[in-house]
Amino acid sequence: MSAPTGVVGEAFVWLNDPLTWTEPGGLLELTGEHLLMTAAAVAVAAAVAIPLGAWLGHSGRGAGLVVWLTNASRALPTLGIILLLAAGGLFGNTATVIAAAFFAVPVLLVNTYEGVRGADPDARDAARGMGMSGGRILLLVELPLATTLVSAGLRTTIVQVVATIPLAALAGGGGLGQVIAFGMGTQRYGEVLAGGVVVAALCLAIDAVLAIVQRLATPVPLRVGVS
Amino acid sequence: MPGNPWFSWSYVVDNAPVLWERTAEHASLTIEAVVISAAIAVPLGALISRSRWLAGPVLGTAAVLYTVPSLALFAILAPLLGIGRTPVLVGLVVYALLIILRNTVAGLATVDPAVLDAARGLGYGPGRMLVEVAMPSALPSIIAGLRLATVSTVALVTVGVVVGYGGLGQLMFQGFRNNFYRAEIMAATLATILLALVLDLALWAAGRALTPWLRRRTS
Repeated sequence: MSAPTGVVGEAFVWLNDPLTWTEPGGLLELTGEHLLMTAAAVAVAAAVAIPLGAWLGHSGRGAGLVVWLTNASRALPTLGIILLLAAGGLFGNTATVIAAAFFAVPVLLVNTYEGVRGADPDARDAARGMGMSGGRILLLVELPLATTLVSAGLRTTIVQVVATIPLAALAGGGGLGQVIAFGMGTQRYGEVLAGGVVVAALCLAIDAVLAIVQRLATPVPLRVGVS
Repeated sequence: MPGNPWFSWSYVVDNAPVLWERTAEHASLTIEAVVISAAIAVPLGALISRSRWLAGPVLGTAAVLYTVPSLALFAILAPLLGIGRTPVLVGLVVYALLIILRNTVAGLATVDPAVLDAARGLGYGPGRMLVEVAMPSALPSIIAGLRLATVSTVALVTVGVVVGYGGLGQLMFQGFRNNFYRAEIMAATLATILLALVLDLALWAAGRALTPWLRRRTS
């Protein structure tokens, strides 16, 4: 390989070429694809994990399951799952979305569960005393009190999904990971470096934007004391 | 394609040497990364838990590094450090760092102030207090951090395949490119999970042996 300065220079030149960004299959298009896949994966994960977590937290059941699921999901190699899906005939962006959603569910589930579970028992008691039904307590008392944790979970999930999708490029999936996989395959290490920088920058930017959104989404009374 | 089973014991038997070699590579990379990370994070955690103004920036920096996706970090490090083991090791250390650091700080924060007071009354200096009083109290939390870091490192090593050094990940990827050799991908994936479980169990046992006072309390 060439000297480090050479690689940095190559990456710089490549990133500075307008065509890199605007050509078909260029960085802008890939970023758009990346974000669309992220949105799809997070939507799927949220549709499964938030209702399930809320119900488990409300009924107080399944604490063992939730803990087990989080621990087990940490040991699962993401790459292995993506490649297994591919070997099973599931390719490309759909498989990527499924795999990313699969890894997003535990995080979201735990946060929703803990949020609902940890709602102030006095507030729950008061609601019951006012004659609220279980469903209304969940919707009007417990879930609003869980907002902090659920939105924190969503933020972690979204950043994690943005970070997971590039892996699928190794199995022929789309998104920004393609730049890295392609650069590695063709030994253009400048592009590998540039791709890494772009993916990292996207992740950090999204995390920063979500930090602000998270603060805005938190009801004002809950903001005090939030660390 | 006739006969591409998901599980094949004959694959494991026929390829036992290479499976073993990759597993050993995977394990040594994981252990080295966690040991280096702990050697940095535990003293650093002890240092920053003593000064509030240091804790914020250090934990913040570690969190930012942690947010960078593994594939991107390897892709940034590989052209700079050379293809192979080094960029993967450095990347793994970075990820384990935040986990161990957080748990060290959290563990030291929960040390009973009365105990610290008693030690101070007995004339313990700050150094001795840290080593003999605060650290043992924080040990369960630090070990929890080490276990978490180890399990996630085992899973992360596989991503190293992108820079040509992924331990069992190499087998997964090879199987993928080898006409979707399901048995190979599955065997490597299961071996990765198994390795995580074994290392986690070993650390759990080590933690139990190191904190005998906790056992007496629970029983």
